[in-house]
Amino acid sequence: MTDAPHKMTARDVSVFYGEKQAVKNVSIDIDMDRVTAFIGPSGCGKSTFLRTLNRMNDTIGNARVEGQITLDGEDIYSSGMDVVQLRARVGMVFQKPNPFPKSIFENVAYGPRIHGLANSKADLEEIVARSLRRAGLWEEVKDRLNDSGTALSGGQQQRLCIARAIAVDPEVILMDEPASALDPIATAKIEELIHELRGRYAIVIVTHNMQQAARVSQRTAFFHLGNLVEYGDTDNIFTAPREERTKDYITGRYG
Amino acid sequence: MNAFALMFLVAGLGLIGWLTARSRAARFDRGGAKRLHSLPAQHGFFVAMWVVLPALLFVAAWGAISPALVKQTVLEHPAASQLPQFDFERDALLAEASRVAEQPGVAAFDPVAQQLVAPTRAAKVRYDWIGTAGAILLAFAGGAYAFTRIRASFPARSSVERGMMLMLLVASLIAILTTVGIFLSLLWESVRFFGQVSITDFLFGTHWSPQVIDPARPGRSLGAVPLFWGTFFIGAVIAMIVAIPFGLMSAIYLTQYAAPQVRRWMKPILEILAGVPTVVYGYFAALTVAPAVRDLAVAFGYPYASSESALAAGLVMGVMIIPFVSSMADDSIAAVPTAMRDGSLAMGATKSETISRVLIPAALPGVVAGILLAVSRAIGETMIVVMAASGAANITLNPFESATTVTKQIVDLLTGESEFDSPKTLAAFALGLTLFVITLLLNIVALRVVKRYREAYE
Ligand SMILES: Nc1ncnc2c1ncn2[C@@H]1O[C@H](COP(=O)(O)OP(=O)(O)OP(=O)(O)O)[C@@H](O)[C@H]1O
Ligand SMILES: [Mg+2]
Repeated sequence: MTDAPHKMTARDVSVFYGEKQAVKNVSIDIDMDRVTAFIGPSGCGKSTFLRTLNRMNDTIGNARVEGQITLDGEDIYSSGMDVVQLRARVGMVFQKPNPFPKSIFENVAYGPRIHGLANSKADLEEIVARSLRRAGLWEEVKDRLNDSGTALSGGQQQRLCIARAIAVDPEVILMDEPASALDPIATAKIEELIHELRGRYAIVIVTHNMQQAARVSQRTAFFHLGNLVEYGDTDNIFTAPREERTKDYITGRYG
Repeated sequence: MNAFALMFLVAGLGLIGWLTARSRAARFDRGGAKRLHSLPAQHGFFVAMWVVLPALLFVAAWGAISPALVKQTVLEHPAASQLPQFDFERDALLAEASRVAEQPGVAAFDPVAQQLVAPTRAAKVRYDWIGTAGAILLAFAGGAYAFTRIRASFPARSSVERGMMLMLLVASLIAILTTVGIFLSLLWESVRFFGQVSITDFLFGTHWSPQVIDPARPGRSLGAVPLFWGTFFIGAVIAMIVAIPFGLMSAIYLTQYAAPQVRRWMKPILEILAGVPTVVYGYFAALTVAPAVRDLAVAFGYPYASSESALAAGLVMGVMIIPFVSSMADDSIAAVPTAMRDGSLAMGATKSETISRVLIPAALPGVVAGILLAVSRAIGETMIVVMAASGAANITLNPFESATTVTKQIVDLLTGESEFDSPKTLAAFALGLTLFVITLLLNIVALRVVKRYREAYE
């Protein structure tokens, strides 16, 4: 634990889909230079809560968010917050790789273009190359930047999506089961990548894979039925959980 | 017996076959088997199928060949020797005799025809009886054959399945065969046309005035380029200038912005627009839009504007086409995975940036295909141009001037009074063939584009 101000904080956050409450009074802090893992059985609200952090729930018609979430101390649900700016600062990588049906170059250049990050073509190329390098994809695609992004393998597509998210220079990266659609080798690459990215961004990752959570994260949050049951250092959660439910889940005694 | 009564009879026999076979199958010894291969009703269907199908096939075939047989018999009659040698007139007299033969109490106008009435009637009755007897015989034979085959172990279920498939196949072949038939008849008449008019005169000639045809070189006044141009100008340019933006924008609004309640009533209304009879659009174009367009032209300082301007017909046609464009665009935008949209939004793109940079490019092939289909509908559209476009064949870029279309000219050519064999009438078929081929090509291209697009998201 550190005393530095938290990158993001959530206080008493609840999310409703219509009448149904999917997330119940969750309070949590997200810190810079750390990977935070969300674990928990299917349907417990991990994705829902993750999406509140960059207001992607706004795109779901009947979703409603209560409570307070801040980014650098600023309430992201306040009327003064520009969603466009927020999402540029809090990037997201989805479970299923979703590159745009454009070239590899254009996929990565998409964010910088819409946010006007590059002053010249050379500038843009520089950003694209740097993002692809950080995403560990550069060596594989540098000779075919004009090929379609959808023509890559699943693992490459996912790293392309990470490069795309990195290209707008976010501060926080949210990943919703980024490796669940990938084979073990591609998964290992993504995990390695998360390790390398750790120093630059605050990373939040949802995963169903206990080993993965243990390998990549420093902090782990265990969700159950919409509640945040336990949140602490990953080592503690996995070796000495305080809650019975956490222990049951981690040892596989729970669905 | 007439064909209708015969069908009833055969259907009745089929029902009897079904009932007897079912009751017999119900009494089959199961032989200890727990599960029957086929239910009694399926045995019934098997027999009924064998009663009905061969008989019906025979009736259809007989219906096709018996007129030729009747004609043959009548021609062998002594009175037939007085018939003129010339094919066309001879057929006319025979047709008259045949018509009179079916209406007792009416006399034929031509004495030769009158002489042939009695033999025609006799021949008809005879072949009719043969047909009826053959059908009934076949029904019984088929039924008997099927009846001997059913037993507890007989897989009637699979046979019925096969019969079903055959019936469906025939049903779908009928549409295809009709298309082929239409194409062949168009082709046939067009070949006759091109026997009289050179194909280059027709396809590349720029002068169209079928009213005054020089018999020495009919092609000189049958150059179809002005019609092709008018069709293209009205259907593919003016109409699309209306239909593409409005269709696209309404699709974008409906898929991306409209609240579900709005979408629920707005989409059906758009679809109703597609169901308005084109003749109603025709009134609208001729009575409301055309005068308004002319007044507009005059206001713009163009006093000689036609009251049958290309613009009026094109505008209304464009409105008619909007629902086609919008529903195809709607489908293809909706088919773009939500993950794509979310990916863009999560990058901090606004809704309109997402639409213009991700959704539309991703949906583009489907949208293009929709536009091609819409163009092919527009250039084949007849009623609006018949009522609102002019007959004057101009090659013009001025939308206030009059232009004519292929479909409008076809109607004019065929409704005028002139012999069937003249180049003027035959030109209608050549025009029809051209239109058919162009529309077909547009459709093929559109379907290919759509198919490739579907594959991209598998
Ligand atoms: N768009 C939606 N509309 C209504 N209910 C939803 C919607 N999305 C999720 N839910 C409900 O909210 C609850 C939490 O869903 P969520 O997707 O956050 O779970 P999760 O923990 O991510 O599960 P998984 O591990 O399977 O991804 C579930 O009960 C789900 O049925
Ligand atoms: Mg989830």
